[in-house]
Amino acid sequence: MNADLAALLYLVSGVLFILALRGLSSPETSRQGNNFGMAGMAIAIGTTLWLVSPDVTTWGIILAAIVIGGGVGAYIARSIKMTAMPQLVAAFHSLVGLAAVAVAAAAFYAPESFHIASDENVGAYLIRTPIHMQSLIELSLGAAIGAVTFTGSVIAFAKLNGNMSGAPILLPARHIINIAIGLAIVALIVMMIQAHGTVEWHFWALAILSLLIGVLLIIPIGGADMPVVVSMLNSYSGWAAAALGFTLENVALIITGALVGSSGAILSYIMCKAMNRSFISVILGGFGAADGATAASTGVQRAYKAGSADDAAFIMRNASKVIIVPGYGMASAQAQHSVREMADMLKKEGVDVKYAIHPVAGRMPGHMNVLLAEANVPYDEVFELEDINNEFSTADVAYVIGANDVTNPLAKTDPQSPIFGMPILDVEKAKTVLFVKRSMGGVGYAGVDNELFYRDNTMMLLGDAKKMTDEIVKGL
Amino acid sequence: MEAVDPFIFYLAIFVLAIFVGYYVVWSVTPALHTPLMAVTNAISSVIIVGALIAAAASAMTEGGWVAKGAGGLAAGLAAVNIFGGFLVTQRMLAMYKKKEKK
Repeated sequence: MNADLAALLYLVSGVLFILALRGLSSPETSRQGNNFGMAGMAIAIGTTLWLVSPDVTTWGIILAAIVIGGGVGAYIARSIKMTAMPQLVAAFHSLVGLAAVAVAAAAFYAPESFHIASDENVGAYLIRTPIHMQSLIELSLGAAIGAVTFTGSVIAFAKLNGNMSGAPILLPARHIINIAIGLAIVALIVMMIQAHGTVEWHFWALAILSLLIGVLLIIPIGGADMPVVVSMLNSYSGWAAAALGFTLENVALIITGALVGSSGAILSYIMCKAMNRSFISVILGGFGAADGATAASTGVQRAYKAGSADDAAFIMRNASKVIIVPGYGMASAQAQHSVREMADMLKKEGVDVKYAIHPVAGRMPGHMNVLLAEANVPYDEVFELEDINNEFSTADVAYVIGANDVTNPLAKTDPQSPIFGMPILDVEKAKTVLFVKRSMGGVGYAGVDNELFYRDNTMMLLGDAKKMTDEIVKGL
Repeated sequence: MEAVDPFIFYLAIFVLAIFVGYYVVWSVTPALHTPLMAVTNAISSVIIVGALIAAAASAMTEGGWVAKGAGGLAAGLAAVNIFGGFLVTQRMLAMYKKKEKK
């Protein structure tokens, strides 16, 4: 009876998680959705505690874990800067991955607690029956995917947080190494099944190889491909949870795993499409490292028009429509508040101000939207690529701040270019393009020079994104 | 008729949930993709269910303490994610505001 009721409660919690995601279809319903999510989690935890009825020692362990973990989590959530959201999400993914490995290890060592094996009285002896084959496959998959998620996310975190260079690290023969490790993992699962899960080193070897492959998979991927990587790791953490959901025969875990898995997969797909790259080519890595060297070395400086903050202020004040195009540079310079201030001043002058966001702007899906929301920019002034792209031709000014490759017209005209075919924001159609950039030297992530810099209607504003915007505000 | 392995039922739930996820996630507005990642991250910490079961493993059995330790560790990690994930999502969502009517 208890088991049936518990299963129903887990189902309720799974449905609440679906509603939590459903709420995100619009900002108005999203806050309620998040509450559904919290309710679902509370039900799942409460049900489990009721079901296992912990003894005193267990209560001690559980309460200590939840108080310490929850305290750390709540502190981080309150204090984290919005610009650091990509690395925070990567760090959170790594925790889910590691938790999955730990749960799989526990299931391997104490299978009877998970009802995947049982102790039987045979004569005078208590004999442990072997773990069911199916459960062994599920838990080893959970451990392997969890381990890949863990180390992969740690590397992604280090790259996003700047602890590690964002440049791709390319090992020679890396594809062969990865395939060999992959085969070794499969072989270990087979060995584990043949030994009925009684040999401990099988499990640990599997975990260590999976940890290693997580590192090897992510190090060759460069900084600006991180939106894809973060989404992909999001997806993996879901599949790891789902695999363990089968081991535990737990509906809440299975539903959640499937939701998170498909969510991450869809986000990866959207990101890849926005860069016109195949998922496989992102994962194989090394973008921009080989091609970029040649593109950058043809460095004859071409003529461009440079302007000052006062020029920019003058042009914008006399405009009737300004579209702001933010990119990663705005995030790294923490310029979002200055940008909002500038937009406010312009609006007072009667200028129509809108924001245009490319799907891969920033380091994770939706990164720019969060930053603008943080700076109190109303979300109905912020538009996605498809919704605003044909408005550039009617705009007087496109203010590009910290974006580069996503505005490069070469993506439409030069089939030789590595970014050819990538959908771009048509900023060059605006009457004037004000392009804020630190210096003329650097190229964008793709290692391609931006044709836009040398157009007659482009004025380069060279300097730090935040300082430049602040000066424009003064000029207004 | 022979009984169907319960695994098949779980598999059915899994497959259907993937489809539900597919349609639900496509309807998420791109402006909320960052909160989407944060909240999926928080809900995937429902893996804490497994951690609690592990922590409650009998200390008398062989490997019991390994399971308890691993369970405690996993519960702690998942708790970071649950509190961190939901609270940071809440914080982000509170920032999305509409234009003030004048």
